[in-house]
Amino acid sequence: MAMTMTGEVQLPAAKETVWAMLNDANVLKACIPGCEELDKLSDTEFKAVAVSKIGPVKARFKGNVHLTDLDPPNGYKISGEGDGGVAGFAKGGATVSLADKDGGTLLTYNVEAQIGGKLAQLGQRLVNGAAKKMADDFFANFAKAVSGG
Amino acid sequence: MTATGIGAAVRRKEDIRFITGKGQYTDDVVRPGETRAVFVRSPHAHAKIKRIDTAEAARMPGVVAILTGADLANDKIGNLICGWMIHSKDGSPMKMAPHPAIASGKVNHVGDAVAVVIAETRAQGRDAADKVKVDYEELPAVADPAKAQAKDAPQIHADIPNNTIYQWSLGDEKAVGDAFRGAKHVTRLDIVNNRLVPNAIEPRAALAEYDAGTDNLTLWNTSQNPHVARLVISAFVGIAPEHKLRVIAPDVGGGFGSKIFIYPEEVVCLWAARKTGRPVKWTAERSEAFLTDAHGRDHVTHAEMAFDGDGKILALRAKTIANLGAYMSTFSSSIPTYLYATLLSGQYGIPQIYCEVDAVYTNTVPVDAYRGAGRPEATFVVERLVEVGAREMGLDPADLRKRNFIKQFPHQTPVIMAYDAGDYNASLKKAMELADVKGFGKRKRDSARHGKLRGLGYSTYIEACGIAPSQAVGSLGAGVGLWESAEVRVNPTGSVEVLTGSHAHGQGHETTFAQLVSERLGIPFENISVLHGDTDKVQFGMGTYGSRSGAVGMSAIAQALDKVIAKAKKVAAFMMEASEGDIEFKDGKFTVAGTDKSAAWDDVALNAYIAHKFTGAELEPGLKETSFYDPTNFTFPAGCHICEVEVDSETGRTEIVNWTAVDDFGTVINPMIVEGQVHGGIAQGVGQALLEGAVYDKDGQLVSGSFMDYSMPRAHDLPSFKLGLTETKSPSNPLGIKGCGEAGAIAAPAAVINAITDAIGTEQISMPATAQTVWSALQRANAARQAAE
Repeated sequence: MAMTMTGEVQLPAAKETVWAMLNDANVLKACIPGCEELDKLSDTEFKAVAVSKIGPVKARFKGNVHLTDLDPPNGYKISGEGDGGVAGFAKGGATVSLADKDGGTLLTYNVEAQIGGKLAQLGQRLVNGAAKKMADDFFANFAKAVSGG
Repeated sequence: MTATGIGAAVRRKEDIRFITGKGQYTDDVVRPGETRAVFVRSPHAHAKIKRIDTAEAARMPGVVAILTGADLANDKIGNLICGWMIHSKDGSPMKMAPHPAIASGKVNHVGDAVAVVIAETRAQGRDAADKVKVDYEELPAVADPAKAQAKDAPQIHADIPNNTIYQWSLGDEKAVGDAFRGAKHVTRLDIVNNRLVPNAIEPRAALAEYDAGTDNLTLWNTSQNPHVARLVISAFVGIAPEHKLRVIAPDVGGGFGSKIFIYPEEVVCLWAARKTGRPVKWTAERSEAFLTDAHGRDHVTHAEMAFDGDGKILALRAKTIANLGAYMSTFSSSIPTYLYATLLSGQYGIPQIYCEVDAVYTNTVPVDAYRGAGRPEATFVVERLVEVGAREMGLDPADLRKRNFIKQFPHQTPVIMAYDAGDYNASLKKAMELADVKGFGKRKRDSARHGKLRGLGYSTYIEACGIAPSQAVGSLGAGVGLWESAEVRVNPTGSVEVLTGSHAHGQGHETTFAQLVSERLGIPFENISVLHGDTDKVQFGMGTYGSRSGAVGMSAIAQALDKVIAKAKKVAAFMMEASEGDIEFKDGKFTVAGTDKSAAWDDVALNAYIAHKFTGAELEPGLKETSFYDPTNFTFPAGCHICEVEVDSETGRTEIVNWTAVDDFGTVINPMIVEGQVHGGIAQGVGQALLEGAVYDKDGQLVSGSFMDYSMPRAHDLPSFKLGLTETKSPSNPLGIKGCGEAGAIAAPAAVINAITDAIGTEQISMPATAQTVWSALQRANAARQAAE
């Protein structure tokens, strides 16, 4: 099943700074909720392991993350697919764009994601809420990182 | 009627063990050294299997073996089959795609098995299954039957273009067209018969054991028809010769059709048991059941009914797309054809009927028979058309029905069936009285004062049961005859064992079958036991489905009893030194006509075995007879259900406030058990109408895949039912029985939707009619009304 989500977050840093951090595997790893590994394979490719719990389904997702449509420092598309074994799979992507605003940067995101298998069978009612919370957590962590916290 | 004979409300023998937890279900059977099978299943609706890596999983603790579709093919294990050949209207045979027990190369629905882990414990099996790595290449999927034939729809099976299994038709298209051209009024409806998940309380299970000493395989499984399972697994799948395979279906906790079929899991357990030399058990988890038990219904239909100026039905025309899922299940082809279109005449004299059915593959769980199987879909089409037609023409729906009821029997419909007995006016009249239809107007006004919309809906249903005369079904493509077998063994002490080819999974056969024997032999009910479900003990039989165990299974017992009595009379004649023709048998006693000589049942039984009074040349010792009974026709249970609802105009919530059911089941063996069957059937029909829906998203993910999202009916969803019976005996079997197991599920959905649409004043509503669905329909109806004003 598919879901979509959009949002924006105001960050207290220059666009270039935000852009650099968005491409920093260590920053991303620290910000992604449940992320256990994020290894850079190339400038635009990472290998990731993340644990996620949606309703009754808890799984460790393994997969690759790709960066495409790179437009430094204005944005990119980050996408990936994760295999959760018997829990099913999750895949999707987010278009992230950055704009100067109020002396800082406004980050806008547009997420499209798909889940399948047990996740969809058992967790679909909870997926939107869980995904929203994950996005909120990610950007809260990211804002903190950007602020130097 | 005796206290334990035909017509007595005898308490169910089997309930003591069920209620006290003493039932023996497949999962309760434990064999020494048994292992557990855990299946690795596809999370994708449609994908190529690029690679399966079992190396890491194989090293996990407790793993005995990991098997894949490639291993299955290497061992030349055959495919699962559909046993009913349907031909398209152009004469071509249906297109059956291969159905391996474990997918090979490609998965076709979420839940399709790709590998199986055999492990010492279930937990170890699950841990290892999690480590089986499967690389998939996802393919586009289609789940909606209405989209399966589109040009851009993904083709699921090679050489089956447009995912079309067959394009079948029944009836005279031209004559129907002519009738429509001459019609005064035509009613048209688009109907979706919602997809259902059977959800028997006991999940499916299988336990297989191989005895290397005898080369015998034994399978315990949750089957409604163990002999048919053995035949298919032996003759088609090729696991073992029939005489080397024993199938035991012990206590089974509900089936509703879903346990008729031969499933991949039991084939895999048998194969793995021989391969590993260890007993292999699999018990479905509930979420696995959602993804692997054959689903029910799933029709998309456009239907039209033509009337003349007096409200007489001239013709009916329907075009249905039936979703059969990713593979053809055991009897799937027959459900939307010969169990559906043949019932489109309902209780009415309809001169012309034409029906086209396209069966399609989709990336969903296979679909097959589910309580009613085709007949609920037909009843819904007919009873919605009649009800809506009456409303459109400003006629009373009950009156319109009466005008069109068949009154002369036998009646040959234009769609194969020949109804042999019935009195449709009688059940309608009795139901209207019980439901107090006369007082409905006042009740409606009372409801309106509380902001509630009250509606009343009829369903005068008919079904074809007692499945089925072998010649008839054979001529329509069935691969097996549908007779039934019985053996009656009289012990030397006079107690009786009945071995039946029927299978009980909730129906109460141990009670009702014993009632027949008690009545016929005049012996105590306690002295009779009923055995079923073990192919090593019971002669070949066809099992239980299609409300057939009474009409067909008990008829076989009745025939065997006739033979037993005939033989016992011979024994009694020797005992009393009388002529056989003078022996009379009544109430458990043999008498010599015109004398005071008599012999009790027990004495005659004993003498049959000690054989002191006769020689083997005169009469064979023993008292045991077998009968195979083949019915001469289907039976035609029919009746009238009236549903009364109150709809909350603000929230759309529907409450069923009254339910009346008057059914004609022919001879009733046990009225208490019949009531129970009717209650359960109505509950399932109400479930379909108001609550249940198996929903796939566009990618083929089952999003109502657990009880969090798939709503089953509960006690508080149902009123206290008012039940009544009328009786016309079936002339097609010796007991006059018609069958009662499916009636409620067949009648109920149309009654509910007719009641809701009566309440809210619009016909545009789909099942399940949840509060949201009804509320939306109310908004659309209000908007349309305002636009008109």
